[in-house]
Amino acid sequence: MIFKSASSASIQAIEGERIGNVNTLNFIHENADMCWTLTLEHIGIVAFSVFLAALIAIPTGVAITRHDKIAKKIMNGANIFMTIPSIALFGLMLPVLSLIGHGLGKVPAVIALIVYSQLPIIRNTFVGIKNVPPELVDAGRGLGMNGWTRLREIEIPLAIPVIVAGLRTAAVMNIGIAAIAAYIGAGGLGVFIQQGIARAYEEMIMTGAIMVAVLAIFVDASMALLENILTPKGVKIGRTLGQ
Amino acid sequence: MSKACEKAYRLALLVVLLAAGVLLERAGLIEYLSDPFEIDYTLRLMGQHIRMVVVSMVMATALGLMLGIIFSRPKFKRYTGVIMYVVGLGQTIPSLAVIALAMSFLGIGFKAAIFALFIYSVLPIARNTLAGITAVPPWVIDAAKGMGMSASRILFQVEIPHSMSVILAGFRVSLVINIGTAALAFLIGAGGLGEHIFIGIDLMRYDKLLAGAIPTTLLALLADYLCELLGFLIIPKGLRLQQET
Repeated sequence: MIFKSASSASIQAIEGERIGNVNTLNFIHENADMCWTLTLEHIGIVAFSVFLAALIAIPTGVAITRHDKIAKKIMNGANIFMTIPSIALFGLMLPVLSLIGHGLGKVPAVIALIVYSQLPIIRNTFVGIKNVPPELVDAGRGLGMNGWTRLREIEIPLAIPVIVAGLRTAAVMNIGIAAIAAYIGAGGLGVFIQQGIARAYEEMIMTGAIMVAVLAIFVDASMALLENILTPKGVKIGRTLGQ
Repeated sequence: MSKACEKAYRLALLVVLLAAGVLLERAGLIEYLSDPFEIDYTLRLMGQHIRMVVVSMVMATALGLMLGIIFSRPKFKRYTGVIMYVVGLGQTIPSLAVIALAMSFLGIGFKAAIFALFIYSVLPIARNTLAGITAVPPWVIDAAKGMGMSASRILFQVEIPHSMSVILAGFRVSLVINIGTAALAFLIGAGGLGEHIFIGIDLMRYDKLLAGAIPTTLLALLADYLCELLGFLIIPKGLRLQQET
C-alpha cells in the first residue's frame, strides 16, 4: 500500500516536471552563454546563405523577366529542388561533397539553404518586376531612359517590397532547415534539439524548439518591418488612395 | 538552333544520369539494395513512411477543410484576418521544433509522430481553403443566390468548386512538407525512411544513407506530380480554361 502511493507520488512528480516550464527557463538561465552562441551561429548560417542566395537569385529573376519561356523553365527547376525534403538533400549531397572533404559541417548546410532560397527569391523578383505598371515603364521610355536606367530607376524601386517579401520567405524557411542541419554538424540551435532528443532531456528540447520558433517569428516580423520601410513613399500613398 | 539546344539538353541529361549511376555504384547502393534482407528492410521503412503520411494527411485534410469552410461563413467572417495571422505565425515554426515538442508532450512513437505531422499539415490546407473561398467573386455568389440556391448548395456547388485550384495548391504544399517532415519522425521513434538517412549519417555509410535519401526524394517528387494530375481531375473544366487563357 505504502509502496504504491510512493510510486504514484514519484510519477506525479515526474509528470509535474514534464509539464512545468519553469525548468526550461532555468535551463536557459543556467546555459545563457550556450544559448547566445548557438543563436548567433544559427543567425550567421541563415544570414550568410540568404545573402549569397540573393546574389544569385535576384539577377536571375531580373534577367528572366525578358524571356518568358526560359522563366517558366527556371522556375519549374527551382520548384523541383524545393520539393526535395531537406534531410534527404543533405543525404544526397553528403557523398558528393565528401569527395572534396566537406561532407559534414557548415558547407553542405549553406549550399542546401542557398538551393532552397532560389525559388522564393527568383519568383518574387520576377513577379515584382512583371507587375510594374507598363504605363510607368512607357513614361520612362518617353523620358529617354534606356533599358538599364529604366530597370534601375523605375522597375527595381517599385519591385523592392515584393523582392524583400521573397527574402523574408526564404529567411524564415531557412531558419527551420538550418535547425535540421544540426544533424550534419552545422551547429546552430538545432544542436539543443538534437542533443536533447539523444539524451531524453526535456528542458533542452523545449529550449531548442522554443528558441528556433521564436527566432523564426522574430525574423519574420523584422523582415516585414524592413519591407514596410523599403516601400517607396509614392507607392504607399497610392495604396491608401486606392482604398 | 532550338533543335541543337534540345539535342545538347538530352545529351547533358544522359551524361548526368550516367554519372549518377556510376556514383551510386561506387557508393555501394546497388550492392546494398541487392541484399534480400536489406531490400525488405527498406521496403518496410518505406511502408511506415507512407502510412505515417497517409494517416496524418487524411486527418489534416478533413480538419483543414472544415476549419477553412467554417471561418469563411458570414458569421465568422470578421475573424478571418486574425485566423490568417495566427496560421501564418504557426507556419513559421520549424518542423523539427514541432516534432521535438510533440515528443516532449506525447513521448516517443508512432502516435506522437502522427500528431506532429497532422498539426503541421493542417495549417496550409486551412489557410488555402479560407483564402480560396474568400476570393470567390461576389457576383458569382449573387448569381447563385438569384437562381434560388440554398446556402449549402452555394457552398458545395459554387464556392468549393470555384476555389478548388487554391485548395489543391495548399494540399500539395502540405503533402510535400509532410513527406519531408515524416523523415524526421525517426528521431522520435516512429521509423520511416529517415531511419536509413540518420543512421547512415551517424555511421558514415553512404549506401545506407542513399537508400533512405533517394526514396524519400522520389516520394516527394511523385507526390508533387500526382497532385498536378489530380488537378486535371477535380478542378472544373471552365476554370481550367480560364486559367490557361
